[in-house]
Amino acid sequence: MALDSKVPEGPIKDKWTNYKDKINLVNPANKRLIDVIIVGTGLAGGSAAATLAELGYNVKAFCFQDSPRRAHSIAAQGGINAAKNYQGDGDSTYRLFYDTVKGGDYRSREANVYRLAEVSTSIIDQCVAQGVPFARDYGGLLDNRSFGGVLVSRTFYAKGQTGQQLLLGAYSAMNRQIGRGKIKMYNRHEMLDVVIVDGKARGIIARNLVTGEIERHSAHAVVLGTGGYGNAFYLSTYAMGSNVTAAWKAHKRGAFFANPCFTQIHPTCIPVSGDHQSKLTLMSESLRNDGRIWVPKHMEDVLAIREGKLKPTEIPEENRDYYLERRYPAFGNLVPRDVASRAAKERCDAGYGVNKTGEAVYLDFATAIERYGKEQAYVKGLDENDKALIKKLGKDIIKAKYGNLFQMYEKIVDQNPYETPMMIYPAAHYTMGGIWVDYNLMTTVPGLYAIGEANFSDHGANRLGASALMQGLADGYFVLPYTIGDYLSHDIRTGPIPTNSKEFDDAENQVKSNLDKLINNNGTHSVDYFHKKLGKIMWNKCGMARNAKELKEAISEIAELRAEFWKDVKVPGIANEYNEELAKAGRVADFLELGELFAKDALQREESAGGHFRDEYQTPEGEAMRRKEFQYVSAWEYKGEPKDAVLHKEALVYENIEVKERSYK
Amino acid sequence: MKLTLKIWRQKSANDKGNLVDYKVNDVSPDMSFLEMLDVLNQDLIDKNEEPIAFDHDCREGICGMCSMYINGRAHGPDRSITVCQLHMRSFKDGDTIYIEPWRAKAFPVIKDLIVDRSAFDRIQQAGGFISVNTSGNTQDANATLISKYAADTAMDAATCIGCGACVATCKNSSAMLFVGAKVSQYALLPQGQIEAAERVRNMVAQMDLEGFGNCTNTGACEVECPKGISLENIARMNRELMKANIN
Repeated sequence: MALDSKVPEGPIKDKWTNYKDKINLVNPANKRLIDVIIVGTGLAGGSAAATLAELGYNVKAFCFQDSPRRAHSIAAQGGINAAKNYQGDGDSTYRLFYDTVKGGDYRSREANVYRLAEVSTSIIDQCVAQGVPFARDYGGLLDNRSFGGVLVSRTFYAKGQTGQQLLLGAYSAMNRQIGRGKIKMYNRHEMLDVVIVDGKARGIIARNLVTGEIERHSAHAVVLGTGGYGNAFYLSTYAMGSNVTAAWKAHKRGAFFANPCFTQIHPTCIPVSGDHQSKLTLMSESLRNDGRIWVPKHMEDVLAIREGKLKPTEIPEENRDYYLERRYPAFGNLVPRDVASRAAKERCDAGYGVNKTGEAVYLDFATAIERYGKEQAYVKGLDENDKALIKKLGKDIIKAKYGNLFQMYEKIVDQNPYETPMMIYPAAHYTMGGIWVDYNLMTTVPGLYAIGEANFSDHGANRLGASALMQGLADGYFVLPYTIGDYLSHDIRTGPIPTNSKEFDDAENQVKSNLDKLINNNGTHSVDYFHKKLGKIMWNKCGMARNAKELKEAISEIAELRAEFWKDVKVPGIANEYNEELAKAGRVADFLELGELFAKDALQREESAGGHFRDEYQTPEGEAMRRKEFQYVSAWEYKGEPKDAVLHKEALVYENIEVKERSYK
Repeated sequence: MKLTLKIWRQKSANDKGNLVDYKVNDVSPDMSFLEMLDVLNQDLIDKNEEPIAFDHDCREGICGMCSMYINGRAHGPDRSITVCQLHMRSFKDGDTIYIEPWRAKAFPVIKDLIVDRSAFDRIQQAGGFISVNTSGNTQDANATLISKYAADTAMDAATCIGCGACVATCKNSSAMLFVGAKVSQYALLPQGQIEAAERVRNMVAQMDLEGFGNCTNTGACEVECPKGISLENIARMNRELMKANIN
């Protein structure tokens, strides 16, 4: 099967406009005859559900949480990008497009990214109209901050809770439609299979997580906004329930899975404290606007710190290594995430890590506190030499900007980051890879769509900060509502899709037998035991740096672990009740398959690009070495076992941007 | 640390629940409260007993899913946090800890520590929104100036995570802090003015319908709110309601 990206003809600037002018539309009366299922209610799924319902389609939305408002988009902190150029600092649609393609290390699809940049400005307008309280300046205009990998300030934010506010905006739009009866909301439901009838996605099998009941739901199209698969690493910044199950079931039903090895390891997370740890907490990239990252220059200081004999604040300036500022003077602490993560790993591997495990670096706000304090003292006409006063004034500014993050840090680590530098270390955070989609956001299964983090298309091999929120909302508010209409225009005479067909029977039986197998297994180890083991393999062998030898080991170790899981997993309770262990077991079973494909993909990609760093392919300075031969999307077709997956390539063509060395020096 | 836990167990909504004693050993002060329960649950699974059901998801204090009454306080002894942000260093070796679900008529128990908070969703569906369709043609985001004070105050109200601690802690099981926060967010912004009267009337009517109690200004909700939502929001909601009913 040849992959057709369906990118429209014409100059990149006109593609989306021309496309919209030419697609088929569904008239309002006919929209009432069409059902759409949306799985996941984060920024992508929530915004799509609201918009499609506003247009008049009958939407059924599903989430595994107790309310659509809890999807993990809620935890996004720093902000959302848009090419508004409100700051007059040279931003434009082209520049946002350029930064995103370069930031993704030239592994994303040009036309999709350009469209994303194009609709970015409408997102901000829409959210403000919904009552999203973005930060404003004293003149009443919207404020912006800067994020990694760019030279302009285009990030809109709502304190350190931007994801929360945007999601609550989408949730409010959903609520309006739920109240009108245009969205039927299924909380505490998990999708366990997608049903294909005559080659088209026509419904899902879902499990009611409260009663355990297996339900059939039909529709004319199915949309997955089910997020990323970073919990394959066990420890990550994802929510505990985030999973790959919906995406993986779609993959098993024919949707190609693209670039699974492109995973973002975020540089600024709170380090691991012990074996009991269940998740890692992100400290927003926005902190790198004001925080400086360093480790001690001298090993004796490192050792003294680890032994508790020396405090970081006692190390004089000249004995600190601000390694990002040293290596990347142009971007400094605001290099992209992949670069910052690898640089932290490099220092820690060299032995300069500053906590007991040797896996932490400092993120220090002392300089910013002093700078802001002096500014404030000047503005207020106070004594600029009064050190205590300066510190207090500076802290107030930092508190206003990042208060909730500092509080979060203090609660977890039990140290006051206003007084001593934060300790941070990289952690799995986002997956650029995902279900392959064409320009219409349709997967290789007709009528099955993937939006937001669940698809692969816009971020290439590395996502820039504040771009996930942009993509989720772009897909849901402004892209899918057009593209899906074109597809659904052929379904105006189809009528309701029956759920008593053989296809629904088969899918339901398969789901039930899978659940029975898990519940009757009576093995000796809990689900978490296997999940943690998988996480260790993933982190150690498919993490920030990879090589052929370890990836081969990972492939066989994951396959062995999967066999052991099915032989020996123990799931207590019964299937027809609230049973979190059973839900978790199904998710881990899928992670155990995805993990192997992930490693296989990483092994096949013999280059370094963005978040995918192969030890064998680096420049003499230790930077990622991209290879022209790999300028393509790897889309994997399911053929039974992950080892049998078949690779399809979508060549990436860059006509509007010069592919060059990605330098942040 | 070694701890004794007295945990509410309840099979389903219709069952009569009771407190059951559990012992946990080797608790590290760096563990979060939920990680301590993870350890207990692994233990229970190993012993072929049923693990304790509790709601949780983001484990970073923002999704609002976790909900436990610990030693008689919503989200436990610390201020301004959710259960998932509570760490075991807040307890001492040998402590006995009581863990119960939210208790309110409008939040029926589903199982053990899990309650049904869909009443909150229904209140929002009654009016917690601005009626603007997605079009790509709304006015430019900077066309209407909003004072920094209004934007910041609206943001403070909007940080509500919908966990329900306010209801759980209120002797009247009132949801006024929750509803007041949403009403306030929109009342403070120019975009929210058009539907202000209808919004507050509908949301308050739904709140009453769901069986939440009234506010008697005790202020416990503000104290236990993990996001520090201020009582001012209740006053603002009452003002908005009065305004709506006069006009």
